[in-house]
Amino acid sequence: MTAAYRPIVFTLNGRRVSLRVHPLKRLLDVLREDCGLTGTKEGCGEGECGACTVLVDGRAVNACLVPAAQAAGAKVVTIEGLKGRHPLQRAFAEHGGAQCGICTPGMILAAAALGPRPTMDEVRTGLAGNVCRCTGYEGVYRAIQKQEAGSRKTEGRRQKPEATGRKPGARRRAPNSRIPNPEPRIPMLRRRRT
Amino acid sequence: MSRAVERNVVRKDGAAKAAGTARYVGDLALPGMLHARTVRSSIPCGDITRLRLGFDTSGFTVVDAGDIPGRNVVPLITDDQPCLAVGRVNHAAEPVLLLAHEDRERLLAATVDIEYRPREPVFDAERSDRVFKRVAIAKGDPDEGFRHADVVIEGEYRTGHQEHLYIEPNGMLAVPENGGVTVTGSLQCPYYVHRALTVLLGLPADKVRVVQAETGGGFGGKEEYPSMIAGHACLLALKSGRPVKLVYDRAEDMLATTKRHPSVVRHRTGVTRGGRLTAMAIDVLMDGGAYCTLSPVVLSRGCLHATGPYRCDHVRIDGRVVMTNTPPNGAFRGFGAPQTQFAVEVQMERIAEALGMDPARLREINALRPGDTTATGQVLGDDAAAREVLRSAVARSGYRRKRREYRGTNRGIGLSLFFHGAGFTGSGEVKLQSRASLELTPAGVRVLVASTEIGQGQRTAHAQIVADALGIPYERVEVAAADTARVPDSGPTVASRTTMVVGGLLKECAAEMRKALGGMTPAAYLRAHGPLVVTKQYEPPPGLAWDDDTYRGSAYGSYGWACDVIEVERDPVTEEIRPVKVTSAHEVGKAIFPLGARGQIEGGTAQGLGYALTEEVVMRGGAMANAQLTNYIVPTTLDTPPMDVVLLEKPYAHGPYGAKGLGEMPFDGVAPAVVNAIRSLGIDLREVPATPERVMAAARIRDSRLRPGDHERASARQAGFGIRDSSITLRQRRRTAARKPWTGRR
Repeated sequence: MTAAYRPIVFTLNGRRVSLRVHPLKRLLDVLREDCGLTGTKEGCGEGECGACTVLVDGRAVNACLVPAAQAAGAKVVTIEGLKGRHPLQRAFAEHGGAQCGICTPGMILAAAALGPRPTMDEVRTGLAGNVCRCTGYEGVYRAIQKQEAGSRKTEGRRQKPEATGRKPGARRRAPNSRIPNPEPRIPMLRRRRT
Repeated sequence: MSRAVERNVVRKDGAAKAAGTARYVGDLALPGMLHARTVRSSIPCGDITRLRLGFDTSGFTVVDAGDIPGRNVVPLITDDQPCLAVGRVNHAAEPVLLLAHEDRERLLAATVDIEYRPREPVFDAERSDRVFKRVAIAKGDPDEGFRHADVVIEGEYRTGHQEHLYIEPNGMLAVPENGGVTVTGSLQCPYYVHRALTVLLGLPADKVRVVQAETGGGFGGKEEYPSMIAGHACLLALKSGRPVKLVYDRAEDMLATTKRHPSVVRHRTGVTRGGRLTAMAIDVLMDGGAYCTLSPVVLSRGCLHATGPYRCDHVRIDGRVVMTNTPPNGAFRGFGAPQTQFAVEVQMERIAEALGMDPARLREINALRPGDTTATGQVLGDDAAAREVLRSAVARSGYRRKRREYRGTNRGIGLSLFFHGAGFTGSGEVKLQSRASLELTPAGVRVLVASTEIGQGQRTAHAQIVADALGIPYERVEVAAADTARVPDSGPTVASRTTMVVGGLLKECAAEMRKALGGMTPAAYLRAHGPLVVTKQYEPPPGLAWDDDTYRGSAYGSYGWACDVIEVERDPVTEEIRPVKVTSAHEVGKAIFPLGARGQIEGGTAQGLGYALTEEVVMRGGAMANAQLTNYIVPTTLDTPPMDVVLLEKPYAHGPYGAKGLGEMPFDGVAPAVVNAIRSLGIDLREVPATPERVMAAARIRDSRLRPGDHERASARQAGFGIRDSSITLRQRRRTAARKPWTGRR
């Protein structure tokens, strides 16, 4: 039955893949079922939670909203593509960015799309499509900040600056313009334990 | 060697979760596996008159109640909830029939027609006459207390449902093997599932094996309902003889599984002009939904926290939880305490407004101190820290200064003082008889407990406790999967008990093992003496007595204490309330894993902000009408303000290294702090979530020159003319009118 479909060719984590799947099959299912990469998670199936975030040509997208055909010719990166060696992965594990872990792969990829030194505004906006129910996001911010320090040494890893991480399914509202953001930078530096 | 306790070690599950290699139930697949689906009722109450399969059943496994080999119940407190409905349905989305098929497309395309004879449903808890449980707590003589009051204040406070919204929906994978069944899934309490399966399947205990897969959040939502899902998966697996995976999608999870109990709490409080509480009469009503589940215990905990962390000699608390034809409500972080502490903290704010007193001062006057007694007569130990957390949060947030500065602006600031009892209520821990084990390995030691890692850091905290008690490096402690074939019953992973109670047992195990080792390395011991396993069972600390009939005694071994100060901004056009800053001081006994403790506070606070502001479960015809993330709004990065977290430590004598329970407490105080911040804007809100619609509809004083508290005095004046919802008696009106407004002096 699958043989009836024309192959869809794309680059997955640096390797060329060719798959005969229904062109409207969700990229999420293609990755999890046809490619066996279960690091990409399904949280809602409607593009709201961001657990299925992957990078398509450097942009963070919700794989549950992308039909397989749309990946043709694209460079797709999943959490497995970071091979556990991206500075963000270590930072998330060590600085409270991951608790239950189900949002973590998507969160890390969305953060990776922001590049190594995002401002707090960029982080807040860039991760607005990734829901975490455990951390209150503070641990995520801490991890991203620590990654910033770590990745200065590995400048070569810097992402394309134009990759803003805005997703097609990005979340409902922009920050209210009447209310100035009181914390323009990541505020964790001032934290201390008493 | 550096100690592990109090150090921010690398969490045991961190690397696998960040690498994407951690395996959740949805990630598991077995050869020959069937996918499963639950057919559910579409009406809230009625009798099934006809059920017809509208599909070609070849390749399908179909299970109804007739296929249940044991008893058709999800056993818990009362066995009133069927695993599959027979004849009668009592809520929408109640499981009726189970289907399994290899091909998911065919499974989803299958149609089942169910015809009903509808019955009149009950949706309004205040009109329900079916009571699951009543609780009555009495201390002193409230009539006497009210006689000594200068002011009597009344109020009614409401909270809505809340969905847990763990990002991983529920799921189970059942495999028939060895004449029994093994089920792997997303769950908090392996032995709850184990017991449920032995009852449902009529199998001996050793033929049922329950294994926790990596679990993507729980918050109480995976305490009792996984027993139902595991039962369904096992019934299909046993009938088909093949592995069966049953994973909910988001909509089904939101429609069918448990939620936080909605509540209506009424307060009548007597207070002196100086701000001292003289009497508290509290009436608590909770909506249990269609079946009992854990409602009696939720009500109990709610009532035990209903006075808030305040001393009062004359208290009466009456609670009841009732049945409605809505999906059953169940465990959710806080477990009844958020509802009742919301009510008492908004009531305290209104008392301060009526007295013209600084809200922080009013709380300071009445805060429980060491040696004080709670409503059940429990004498508090030296670790009672209500005043410390209050002072810390007030000073650190600049609460008093900001309260003055924000007057007349669209920015408000509010506070809440709260506490949370750790461990099972009353004699619960004794009845649980929890056990924990340590097993010597060549490299070190293995923790064997039924406690589950659901993101809170259980594996890490337990390993830290064991490492230090045994005197070995943290890295040499491994934590076994929660698998009923390997680990003893350590009780459920609920009630903020995992670090304090189970961690305490592990510390005892480690101490005994250290003695047994006598300075030998694990490898040398194993060579010389063979395997070594140490097991300990829970014994209550001395002096902890509780009477279930009279509700007198020590309700909890220890309490954590906390204070939140939350600043909000009101959009004058849309009436949207946005939180802009949270300051939170938590007293936790001892932070075993400080990063984890902080994570619990920040995450619990964010979840509380959702409860306070945006998370509205819209019930229509007894079913959740907004069962999707698009319009059930949980906080995102853009909705969650910066949080300043302070950890205070007053060690608990019977916790490991002084640790108390923490997981639930951060949730308890958020909603009242938010609503009190909204009140400081002159908006008389007494209900959450504080959606723009509710804020718009709430009573207010139009004159912006009025100060917080003025609308209370205004409503006291209205009371003389018999206007409804008068909140202050005439006697109080005369007295407050004579008082000069509070000047803001400390």
